[in-house]
Amino acid sequence: MNDVPDDLKDVVEDFVKDDAPIEIKDQVADISPGSIVWARRRRALADLAHRFSRDRLAVAGLIVLVVFVAMALLAPLLSDRSGLSAVASVDNPTWAHPSGDFPLGTDNLGRSVAAQFVWGSRISLFVGLMATLLTIAIGSVVGIVSGFFGRWTDAVLMRITDWFLVIPFLPLAIVLAAVLGRSVWNIIFVIGITSWPSTARLVRAQVLTIKERLYVDRARALGAGRTHVISKHVLPNVAPLILANTTLAVPISILTETTLSFLGLGDPSQASWGKTLEEAFHAGAINREAWWYYLPAGLGIVAVVLAFTMFGRALEEILDPRLRER
Amino acid sequence: MRPRYVVGKIAGAIGTLAFVLVFNFFLFRIVNDDPTASMFRGRNLSPSQIQSLREKFNLDGSKLEQFGAYLRETAQGNLGVSLLSRRPVSTEIREAIWPTVLLVGTATAAAMVIGVLLGIHAGWRRRSAFDVGSTTSSMLTYSVPDFWLGMLLLGFLAVRFDVFPTGGLEDPGTTATGLSLLIDQAHHMALPMITLALGYVGEYAIVMRSSMLDTLREDYLQLARAKGLRDANVRRHHAVPNALLPVVSLSALNFGFVLSGAIAVESIFSWPGLGQATFEAIRGPDFPVLQGLFLLFSAALIVANLAVDLLYGYLDPRVAGR
Repeated sequence: MNDVPDDLKDVVEDFVKDDAPIEIKDQVADISPGSIVWARRRRALADLAHRFSRDRLAVAGLIVLVVFVAMALLAPLLSDRSGLSAVASVDNPTWAHPSGDFPLGTDNLGRSVAAQFVWGSRISLFVGLMATLLTIAIGSVVGIVSGFFGRWTDAVLMRITDWFLVIPFLPLAIVLAAVLGRSVWNIIFVIGITSWPSTARLVRAQVLTIKERLYVDRARALGAGRTHVISKHVLPNVAPLILANTTLAVPISILTETTLSFLGLGDPSQASWGKTLEEAFHAGAINREAWWYYLPAGLGIVAVVLAFTMFGRALEEILDPRLRER
Repeated sequence: MRPRYVVGKIAGAIGTLAFVLVFNFFLFRIVNDDPTASMFRGRNLSPSQIQSLREKFNLDGSKLEQFGAYLRETAQGNLGVSLLSRRPVSTEIREAIWPTVLLVGTATAAAMVIGVLLGIHAGWRRRSAFDVGSTTSSMLTYSVPDFWLGMLLLGFLAVRFDVFPTGGLEDPGTTATGLSLLIDQAHHMALPMITLALGYVGEYAIVMRSSMLDTLREDYLQLARAKGLRDANVRRHHAVPNALLPVVSLSALNFGFVLSGAIAVESIFSWPGLGQATFEAIRGPDFPVLQGLFLLFSAALIVANLAVDLLYGYLDPRVAGR
């Protein structure tokens, strides 16, 4: 003890106290495989949040998204739904400039543009998110099955994927939507069924590399079955890729919904930003210079799409270290 | 290129085309089992007239026989009759094809040149003010729906300031000929072309930039610098030619979208091309026209894809084997 510096004596004395080793033993006993995994996940999440918070564009994107999602959820509080109805708006002035009564003016039927903007955000975001979920679900299942099982399963699925990849996306969506009829769920189905192939290819490529890793061989050698290997090794490793792909697929879904609605394939009974633009165009808002009619919906689309892109790019960069150099 | 590679790619393209034909026939039969019914809706036809019409449109016999008839007619260039105009679909398409090729072709070419130049300089000086500006604006134009951009330009430049005409191919009732007609048409094409080019340019800039960044990491670029070559020389002769490869495939693919690339924008500017024809066919709905357009759009993309594969095999021998 004599050669220990004075200021460390307390620490060393604590350590050699009789009860100390028991505490350490207790701590060791607390450590189980589960707790190690959770500690690792907590660390990874904290690391992710830290990296993310350093990317100013991504944080800005996140804030914009939170604002728009809040607006979509709180639509009934922000604006009366009757503002969307031409019958209820019959006493309102038509083509009114933005004013106190109508913060974004009125359209050719006297309906409030602000109400259309608020309620339209619901359908635009809902269709964008649901269509993306469908896209990612189909793409991930096809990609994982194709990559994992290989052989003829892979050959058949990839042939189908190739077919979908070389059929022009928008015309296919238009034709399907025209045939199926105009409803929100049809639009979601059409976007999902036409845009999954790129996700399937991406996921398949990732599964192919994971399948060859040593730890998968090890698991197999220890007697792991397909279900175990897929759920415990393949899925956790493709999940980050799928997540990043999801956030980057939402903008495409939203833009497609907008275009389909503009072409007159949207749900006639629901307000959406694309439908507002369609109605503004056909009502002659451009020639009347009624900028308040077609400007807000377009700006809303641009803001949401840009926000998702910023957010998705940051996520992709964090999750895929190869991209960090960019 | 190995003959096997070429034959394989061509066979793949033919297979895809066959898939499109099958899909195109059965999809439209699901919705429209008896086209004569919708064509002559509201008219009083005798059963014998209906029967002769059904024979004329090959609606008798099994679905397989009908499909055989569809293939025969399509091979002969007969795509049916438009429900709206009562004219052959093939005539409608033939009239609309050149305005679209002209408009989207020039827009794609312009976007390619500008986008590649932006990408080269952004990638060469990464994180410079130019790079940040170019990448941010690329992402911005990528997020804007092209038809909305068209509405803004139309409202601002054509209606507010009257710099450009509001739409159409030429001034209505124009008697101009020769050069003055050409100038008039170019004047009409300017706004839709700018709209489309702005929409495409971001994609080229982003792809070219990221390809430049990949190339900059290659050893042969270090070597070129080590030899003492000038900066501009390294860029022009060593970096750019190698970085152009992904852009080649992107642009060839985009030329496959030339026919179908301007559906919404054409309708904003009343440009009498395939896009506006699609727009009107949706409004109808005019299923025979939609069916014919879809076949044409798909065929264009399939051919472009084949061209990309063959071009790639030629430019990068590693792909196709020697």
